Amino acid sequence: MDGGLLTEKLILVVALFSITLLIAMYSTYLERKVAAWFQDRIGPDRAGKWGILQPLADGTKMFFKEDFIPLNSDKWLFILGPGIAMFTALMTGSVIPWGPNIEAFGRTIVLQVADVNVGILFIMGFVSIGVYGIMIGGWASNNKYSLFGAIRASSQMISYELAMGVSVITIVMMSGSLSLRDIVDAQHGMGWFVFKQPIAFFIFFVCALAECNRSPFDLAECESELIGGYHTEYGSMKLGFFLFAEYINMFISSAVIASLFFGGYNFPGMDSFTGNTLAIIGTLVFFAKIFFFIFVFMWIRWTLPRFRYDQLMHLGWKKMIPIALVNLLITAVIIAAYNGWFNK
Amino acid sequence: MQSLSNRSKLVSNKKLSFMEKLYIPVILGGMWITFKHLFRKNNTLKYPEETKKFAPVYRGMHVLKRDEEGRENCTACGLCAVACPAEAITMTANEREKGEEGLYREEKYAETYEINMLRCIFCGLCEEACPKEAIFLTDRIVPTNFERGEFIYGKDRLVEKVDARIDISARQFTGKRKI
Repeated sequence: MDGGLLTEKLILVVALFSITLLIAMYSTYLERKVAAWFQDRIGPDRAGKWGILQPLADGTKMFFKEDFIPLNSDKWLFILGPGIAMFTALMTGSVIPWGPNIEAFGRTIVLQVADVNVGILFIMGFVSIGVYGIMIGGWASNNKYSLFGAIRASSQMISYELAMGVSVITIVMMSGSLSLRDIVDAQHGMGWFVFKQPIAFFIFFVCALAECNRSPFDLAECESELIGGYHTEYGSMKLGFFLFAEYINMFISSAVIASLFFGGYNFPGMDSFTGNTLAIIGTLVFFAKIFFFIFVFMWIRWTLPRFRYDQLMHLGWKKMIPIALVNLLITAVIIAAYNGWFNK
Repeated sequence: MQSLSNRSKLVSNKKLSFMEKLYIPVILGGMWITFKHLFRKNNTLKYPEETKKFAPVYRGMHVLKRDEEGRENCTACGLCAVACPAEAITMTANEREKGEEGLYREEKYAETYEINMLRCIFCGLCEEACPKEAIFLTDRIVPTNFERGEFIYGKDRLVEKVDARIDISARQFTGKRKI
């Protein structure tokens, strides 16, 4: 391992870390602004011009609040919960290809922290570890509401992960690789998988909403029934971690949706650019797609009411999984027929 | 039962059709509605900076008026206190001394005059009862406070200052005096 690679990766990690945090920070601001626009309001506009410093003000408030741990809670698990949530949320960004390669300092810089050959599996794995953050946090709080929220969150995430996984398998079959960079490269130009696999995209999108605990599947923190859900007992920056992790997850799932179905950094007419120009435009296109999906997430949140819990389970097990499986089967048959495997 | 308004609707428990069960058309319709709201004008009034204009008949904080020469109109007759349905007004009367002609309009005046703003319902009956056009309700808002005692307004806060007259022309429907 040479020093150049190490520096390059180190810079990439730090940049990715800070960009993720920055985007998550401003997602909270954007969420409040978007909510306000949808409801014919102005939204936060006091901290700085257009309220642009609002996330800083919120963060400062969170930091200076009392760091309270309930007497009957399991102290270590109580601290561990938000830590796991934040850790897993941040880890998933490492395998996403953020743009085409950059040529600089006489070397090719890959805009991806790690091109793991099982990239999408890595993301799915970390997302499912993310359940533990919520589950442990809810359990350690020693509070009925928190426990209910945690149980709801974990069962919901487990049920929706199945359909999500199956819809990912269709994409993996089409691209022939589990590596996210290969999947993105398979969608060169306008050959985005959303046009070939609209049903898989739909299922993946709905499951992504459920995985992020976003509305209309935000039963884990449904205020009217469970006060705050799994983070009822949390305050200060530990609560901030949970909320922050949710926004990072939203950012990452937008990135995953964009790279699996909307071609990642591919855009129509990309063949007329080369080298670093292509890298810069590609990265910008990728981020535009991500922001679009973040907006759609918020759009859905401020449009749809929450599902009832049995409806959620009904949708997950009886609708999403069968549709995903049938879609997988049809895709498999078509791929096999296309490659002439039936004729052998 | 026969409907009187013709607006009642029968409850329908019909099964949803396949398209309705999909929910997606309805969801997209809902999202289209919220999307249209993105471009609507907002209804927000940035309160401390902007204030809404009150209606001319708005009844806010009271004022005890002075006449053109700066003399208090109130003669402590007590009609406002009698008229008050909330028992919010109390006063004590006193006789005008020699040399106080510039302060009080008539021989009798209110030595103290208190309105409990927490009791007051801002009905304006005191204003109607007053024979001397001394008390009026204005378009000012009674400010908030942390102490209950602070809501009992004495003459120091009710009587208008000679050099800072309160405009009540919108409410002066009798037209006897102009200030």
